[in-house]
Amino acid sequence: MSTEGTYYVPDQSKLPIFAATGMGVMAYGAASWVLEGGTATIFLIGSLIMAAVLYKWWSIVIDENMRGLASPQLKQSYVLGMLWFIFSEVMFFACFFGALFYVRVLVSSWIGGEAAVGWFDDTPTDAAAANAEHLYPGYENVWPPMVTPDQAVNGDAAQFKGPDEAMNNPGILNWVSWLPFWNTVVLLTSSFTVHVAHVALKDDNRKKFNRWLGITVGLGIFFLFLQAEEYIHAYQELGLTLESGIYGTTFFMLTGFHGMHVTLGTVMLLIQWLRGLKGHFTHDDQFGFEAASWYWHFVDVVWVGLFIFVYILT
Amino acid sequence: MAHGPATLADGWGKYISRWVFTTNHKDIGTLYLWFSFAMFIMGGAFAMIIRAELFQPGMQLIKPEFFNQMTTMHGLVMVFGAIMPAFVGLANWLIPMMIGAPDMALPRMNNLSFWILPFAFAILTSTLFMEGGGPNFGWTFYAPLSTTYAPDTVNYFIFGVHIMGASSIMGSINIIATVMNMRAPGMTYMKMPLFVWTWVITAFLLVAVMPVLAGAVTMMLMDINFGTSFFDAAGGGDPVLFQHVFWFFGHPEVYIIILPAFGVVSQIIPTFSRKPLFGYSSMVYATAAIAFLSFVVWAHHMFTVGMPIAGELYFMYATMLIAVPTGVKVFNWITTMYRGSLTFETPMLFSIAFVILFTFGGFTGMMLSIAAADMQYHDTYFVVAHFHYVMVAGAVFSGTAAVYYWLPKWCGKMYDETMGKVQFWIAFIGFNIAFMPQHFLGLAGMPRRYADYGLQFADWNMVSSIGAFMYGGAQILFLFNVIRTIGWGKPTDDPKVWEGAEGLEWTVPTPAPYHTFATPPEVK
Repeated sequence: MSTEGTYYVPDQSKLPIFAATGMGVMAYGAASWVLEGGTATIFLIGSLIMAAVLYKWWSIVIDENMRGLASPQLKQSYVLGMLWFIFSEVMFFACFFGALFYVRVLVSSWIGGEAAVGWFDDTPTDAAAANAEHLYPGYENVWPPMVTPDQAVNGDAAQFKGPDEAMNNPGILNWVSWLPFWNTVVLLTSSFTVHVAHVALKDDNRKKFNRWLGITVGLGIFFLFLQAEEYIHAYQELGLTLESGIYGTTFFMLTGFHGMHVTLGTVMLLIQWLRGLKGHFTHDDQFGFEAASWYWHFVDVVWVGLFIFVYILT
Repeated sequence: MAHGPATLADGWGKYISRWVFTTNHKDIGTLYLWFSFAMFIMGGAFAMIIRAELFQPGMQLIKPEFFNQMTTMHGLVMVFGAIMPAFVGLANWLIPMMIGAPDMALPRMNNLSFWILPFAFAILTSTLFMEGGGPNFGWTFYAPLSTTYAPDTVNYFIFGVHIMGASSIMGSINIIATVMNMRAPGMTYMKMPLFVWTWVITAFLLVAVMPVLAGAVTMMLMDINFGTSFFDAAGGGDPVLFQHVFWFFGHPEVYIIILPAFGVVSQIIPTFSRKPLFGYSSMVYATAAIAFLSFVVWAHHMFTVGMPIAGELYFMYATMLIAVPTGVKVFNWITTMYRGSLTFETPMLFSIAFVILFTFGGFTGMMLSIAAADMQYHDTYFVVAHFHYVMVAGAVFSGTAAVYYWLPKWCGKMYDETMGKVQFWIAFIGFNIAFMPQHFLGLAGMPRRYADYGLQFADWNMVSSIGAFMYGGAQILFLFNVIRTIGWGKPTDDPKVWEGAEGLEWTVPTPAPYHTFATPPEVK
């Protein structure tokens, strides 16, 4: 402790400079990796540095908390930090959802030579008309687009080819045999189980807490397994890939980033579960778990958005 | 550490590790400020190369390809490397002292936020030495220039921006947590100094839009390397989508740059007018209103892109609305000075120049917001002149004012007033000689971002370059004055430094001790 006040200000720390080094090496490594003939070596070195730092960093924070250095005020700083971090994640997804809406509502119509929506522009603009006449004649404005504008003009010689089949909503009566529906069920259930675990922890019911949090982690892993199945299905049977025009682009980028966040959330919850087994947390001191559970609810809400706008409304 | 921070007397090892491992908000603020000044000099050097090439028509010094890299890097380095870190540095130094907090809320993350930046800019500038050269698509990196037609090094740019964004988000979360959680007892929100208010609103903007920038560069990365078609109409995407995503980040970004400048000026003008700030609460509400409006006006950067007429009209009127809260601010600054006992020390000179020149830049902004007229102004030097009046005479002038104003508090030594005033007049005159003629060039039709121009533009370009060199020279004087102050300035131990200064940071001893407010003060 460097100050005699109540707020814990660590004296000096080697963590940040190693973290910054790890991030710098990762960024440089990632850029050289995606280049023609690049390798992942530097990126992996950076990732290892980063992983080691994060492990150490959180160990230290947990240790500080155990030693009673974390005052209620400091804990409030952690709470605010987590909430605003989740807000930044919301904005990241907003960016990709915004791109999806823009493409679906406006771009697709404009390339097809139509007006987008009545109250916005009721007659096709000159640019839209020119698109349909000169650039991409024959392109039809439907969502999901099975034929890309490129394909409408160049046929098989096109660089961007649409999918053979899309992830169409089979109608509510057939949802039982529709994988995205089961994904939704799994993820919504896991949000419920993590809440049960939270309530159990507040009641100091350790056994129940460990059990329900363990179930939540299991559901997270199961979701990822189903998601992987869906991707394999898309690539092997539907001809739907990242390169299938804007539909494949938005589908895989939105569900892919969501899947990455589920992975992160699962890892967070797994660590909290291991901590719970080790006897960490009390009924009134459990922020590590709470933060992970907020994050979990957040990925759940994002999924509901995906389910509606990517899967159902096609 | 009871004996205080390591100095050079403790040996180089300890001295360096003090700065690298530090968790102290004052140390980190200092790091930010020096880093941003180094970037300012580098970005300034790029600008000097641009102006030297444009001194006369024809190609003299550099190749057009390199010219494009210079305009791009000048913009990127100045926005992300110089101005933003400068204000984060001021925030680090001042916010804890202004609200009576012992330090920032999350001190280790604070250090991480800073140390990412040298890595990010090392990655970004290293591209200049790589095959294919650095980024050459303008600081706005529009697709398809930045995707289909970009050099391979664009990937370094993309990942550099990613970690820079991580740094900004962490820094902003820290500021928000500090302001929400660390205020001294009695320091209610509506008692906070305006600099703190403008920064917390800025931090909110940063947390909201830096992820969108990350999204934009991620889409670029995927389009370039993994066959997606976000920005390619052939696949069903749209290059205009890039502009929408970019400016959804980019418009709040320009307010991220200017709002802390408003805060600085709102601290300095009352001090040298010896009157409290006029209309404090209206200042707070105006700042919030500007921040809100910044999210709903982005497409005014894209009037010529072929939007439907309804879009043009909406973005035009929404943009004009911004003049209302901005006008509130300008009138409040003027009214603060009205019938005050004014003195004109260097910080005050820069602040008054800020009010005049920023207002001028605001008026040209009003001209640009008229969609029909913007067809003529778009992508001309008129736009360049407009945003340099806001960015340089706005943000950089206020940053300079802030350094002169708080430097005596930081190091306990007075700067040389004469040298400060000389610097001000060289900067003020040089700036106007550099950028005023660019309005005329733009209105006459000179497009921006070209390495060469028609003969009819020769005279004003030469004038502009001379002014730019003058302005650049003033920065050398600034650097010299700051170093001279820290090393050999006249010592002072007056806690207030300035007769009219108000606020918690002026109640602690001068120079400010390493740790302030370990126990929070009581604010009445």
